[in-house]
Amino acid sequence: MNYILEGFIGAINLLLTKDPETYSAIWTTLRISTLSITFTLLLGIPLGFLLGHYSFPGKRVLRTIVDTLLALPTVVVGLLVYAFISRRGPFGELGLLFTIPGVAIGQFILALPIVVSLTASAIEGMDPKVYLTIKTLGASNKQAAIASLWEGRYAVLAAAITAYSRVISEVGISMMIGGNIKWHTRTITTAIALETGKGEFSMGIALGAVLLAFAFFANTLVSFLRRRA
Amino acid sequence: MRKFFAFLVSVALLMALALPGVAAPQYLMMATTTSTDNTGLLNVLAPAFEKAAGIELRWTAVGTGKALELGKNCDVDILLVHAPNKEKKFVEDGYGVNRREVMYNDFVIIGPPSDPANIKGLDVISALKKIRSHEALFVSRGDNSGTHTKELKLWKEAGINGLDKEKWYIQTGQGMLNTINIATERDGYTLTDRGTFIKYEANHKGTPPLVILVEGDKLLLNQYSVIAVNPKRCPKVKYDLALKFIDWITSQEGQKVIGDFRLMGKQLFVPNAAEQ
Repeated sequence: MNYILEGFIGAINLLLTKDPETYSAIWTTLRISTLSITFTLLLGIPLGFLLGHYSFPGKRVLRTIVDTLLALPTVVVGLLVYAFISRRGPFGELGLLFTIPGVAIGQFILALPIVVSLTASAIEGMDPKVYLTIKTLGASNKQAAIASLWEGRYAVLAAAITAYSRVISEVGISMMIGGNIKWHTRTITTAIALETGKGEFSMGIALGAVLLAFAFFANTLVSFLRRRA
Repeated sequence: MRKFFAFLVSVALLMALALPGVAAPQYLMMATTTSTDNTGLLNVLAPAFEKAAGIELRWTAVGTGKALELGKNCDVDILLVHAPNKEKKFVEDGYGVNRREVMYNDFVIIGPPSDPANIKGLDVISALKKIRSHEALFVSRGDNSGTHTKELKLWKEAGINGLDKEKWYIQTGQGMLNTINIATERDGYTLTDRGTFIKYEANHKGTPPLVILVEGDKLLLNQYSVIAVNPKRCPKVKYDLALKFIDWITSQEGQKVIGDFRLMGKQLFVPNAAEQ
């Protein structure tokens, strides 16, 4: 029992004394996840709108494929991205392996189906009259799309938060692509995996608490925004 | 609300743009084994090397098998590994150059103090035979690492085959300390390098649940070497930096850092670059 208590005390200590290794992992996690989620949203929300709004042949199949990709295991993403960005692979020249952008690419692939699928559902679930009303008011297609997304902003925001939670909590891609390099690509989750393996529970607990705090903050933000509306 | 989104996006882009500025001017990428990382040796070696040569050492800790694979794929500049036969083949096949032996320690067989198979003090081959005949639980790395390679070689020399399907033989597929922890939970035997065992001892404040039962056998020598990835096959590797690292770690200065590295007052690795 003692070591669990010691772990918690050590964890608080690490956070209060601004232990550089702990804070480096936190900062790296923030950088990677911000990078990946930004590009995921920039591409995922428009794609989700297209998929949810328009009817076209093969839509149902495409929808099923996107929904299937929600179950994409992180180690599979890691393996695929590794195969492509290894120096031996087709994009090896770019030198992305063991870098923050490399990990972000993997997380982008992981998070994109989440944003596309949930945004599409939000648009599908919307009253079609909304879009028509906007159109009759003289909006262009693009304006109407933005206005519809604005109408469904809370569902879209929930999609973003879901994707973000997935991204900050994943370990497979960060480990395989990032390589868990100290001061560079060691994220909260890879550090927890490593420190637990080394028998250093304190740092694992401290980082786990920070990760939960991020998730709590993100969700509080959403519920706050929702209440204000 | 719109303002809020605009704010979020600009923060994200700022963080994205800030990326290139952080990269160090010169760094060497190493693939190494879990034992050099788990024990903390690299946390001491890297700053000493950076101070001496002005080159940052970055490493990813994987098993020796995976490290060699990363070298074959030109993904790292240098390797610090411990599976001499595989290393020699790696060099012969043209993947690596300038292999130099750096340091050694030894492997030990650890197990519960109750020692159900009665192997304490035996030579390693007889010990393995006894574990086999008692069907006592043995925990293997099972991950193609240097330690796993050594373990398989020892079983082979003991004339024991077909371990894969034995109920008393479990394979973790994880790093050394994780594997020792699993052996601890299951009260099993395992083969470990002494460095990682001392780290495990330190984690348990000097009273580890598993203890050394077999040690000191010549067959248990654990030799670590550095190998530069062949620049002819991999034009992008930082061969000049790799050579500087090899020169430094085999120099008196680098060897002293290794020899001075201690946990709980115990030396973990014995430098032996000069003996070649």
